[in-house]
Amino acid sequence: MIDNVGVAYGPVSALHGISLATSCGNRVALIGPNGAGKSTLLKAIAGLVPRQTGTIQWRGTAVKKWSREFAYLPQREEVDWDFPITVRGLVEMGRFPHLGLWKRYSDSDDNAVDHALQTLAIADLQARQICELSGGQQQRAFLARALAQEAHVLLLDEPFTGLDRNASESLANLLAALSEEGRLILSSHHDLDSAPDLFNECLLLNHSQLGFGPTTEILTPQLIAEAFTTPDPASDD
Amino acid sequence: MLDPFHDPFFQRALLAGLLIGFTNGFFSGFVVVRRTALSVSALSHTMLPGIALGILITGTLTQVNAFIGALTAALFVGLGSVVVSRTSRVAQGTALAILYTTAFALGVAVLKYLHNYGDLEHWLFGDIRLVSSSDLWLAFGIGSIILLGSNIFFRPLLLTLFESDVAAAQGVPVRAMSYLLFGMLILALVTSLQAVGCVLSVGLLVAPAATLSLLTNRTPLLFWGGGLVGALGSVFALLLAYWTDIPAGPAIVIVLGTLFLLAFLLSPKYGLLPRIRTS
Repeated sequence: MIDNVGVAYGPVSALHGISLATSCGNRVALIGPNGAGKSTLLKAIAGLVPRQTGTIQWRGTAVKKWSREFAYLPQREEVDWDFPITVRGLVEMGRFPHLGLWKRYSDSDDNAVDHALQTLAIADLQARQICELSGGQQQRAFLARALAQEAHVLLLDEPFTGLDRNASESLANLLAALSEEGRLILSSHHDLDSAPDLFNECLLLNHSQLGFGPTTEILTPQLIAEAFTTPDPASDD
Repeated sequence: MLDPFHDPFFQRALLAGLLIGFTNGFFSGFVVVRRTALSVSALSHTMLPGIALGILITGTLTQVNAFIGALTAALFVGLGSVVVSRTSRVAQGTALAILYTTAFALGVAVLKYLHNYGDLEHWLFGDIRLVSSSDLWLAFGIGSIILLGSNIFFRPLLLTLFESDVAAAQGVPVRAMSYLLFGMLILALVTSLQAVGCVLSVGLLVAPAATLSLLTNRTPLLFWGGGLVGALGSVFALLLAYWTDIPAGPAIVIVLGTLFLLAFLLSPKYGLLPRIRTS
């Protein structure tokens, strides 16, 4: 549950008054124009930017800064793809929150990584450097890291951007399967046409909340017009 | 052929080469991952005035003086470049280049006044054949600190370097990790000063992991393999220096540079020649 979340960058308010209650198994789209605060909201939930106001509750307890049950998947251009790390190395990073500084990497950690790689069908790519993957495979590698982390809330920033049709379809099926397993997916999304097929719930926002509910009820011509024509003075997502 | 292994000077040099080569080679993993080779080059040149001033002020050269002098100068130049770039229209790289070359020139000038320590060539290119037993202990101590620090904090360091905002969200003290890396870098540079001098030290702190990066994708191998390349490369270079009378410091950097070139050309997966052949 998200209650009255707001974020400011210095004196500029990027986001305010976001409140929604959802549950495991849902796929929630964050929809709004460029600079509406979609990425900021995802980062605020993930604990990557400080929240100025509001609270986030998960399984009945307040999440102060970060929960290891939350995993954030950045936009493609925010990732340093030339970083010298293999796909397996990336997925192993998902175990870091469980291991802390001292615990030894054990067989059960290895199994969790193997399982994540297999679930995402990238086990045969595990020795490759992350820059040697296609766009869809890169998304899968980050999703595998989230699974290895045993995250239940997946925060995805424009995961469909830059994917070809096949990769998009495959990612859509994957997200559906992950939510059916009981994971909650929150994802920023820019394509209004595909949103109802991909996401069952939708948060429409432009710095503030314009609507939240079942996708088909929220994405009405009237609300969309309201979201996409509201002047936004501080447009930097 | 002469047998260098019975010469006590050479025995110490070999041990120093192994220790310093491994430590610097291991740490070069961070330099390559962070892509900060140019800043390391700037820092290595900056150490010279720091150490020279340290000697000028205290009248003596100890390893502690050397470290404090090097650290102070590095902080001055590093932070100075940030201040200049933030308060003017000069880019940070430009400011850094001006500050470190000026500092280096000052260091060379100050050396003129240090009669007992003024052998410029020794500072510029090092002389590993002159290491004393206490130098060896220092190299061992610094090597241990760097290996322990890097391994104990390997996970948070890696996460900080890859995604600092995610690391911060997970409670990793990102700033402390950056300071730790900076401190270990200065330590590594201080040891490399003895082996290859301040001009060539960047070679020892970049080439080993850069070579490995052409051979493997696995991050831990970049570090341990870099250590191995640094250590074995240094030992081979010392033998080469012994037999050919090339100065030891340049020999180390020539060998490491050659290994890099070989990997660049011949690496099965990322080498230039295999790629040309397959295409």
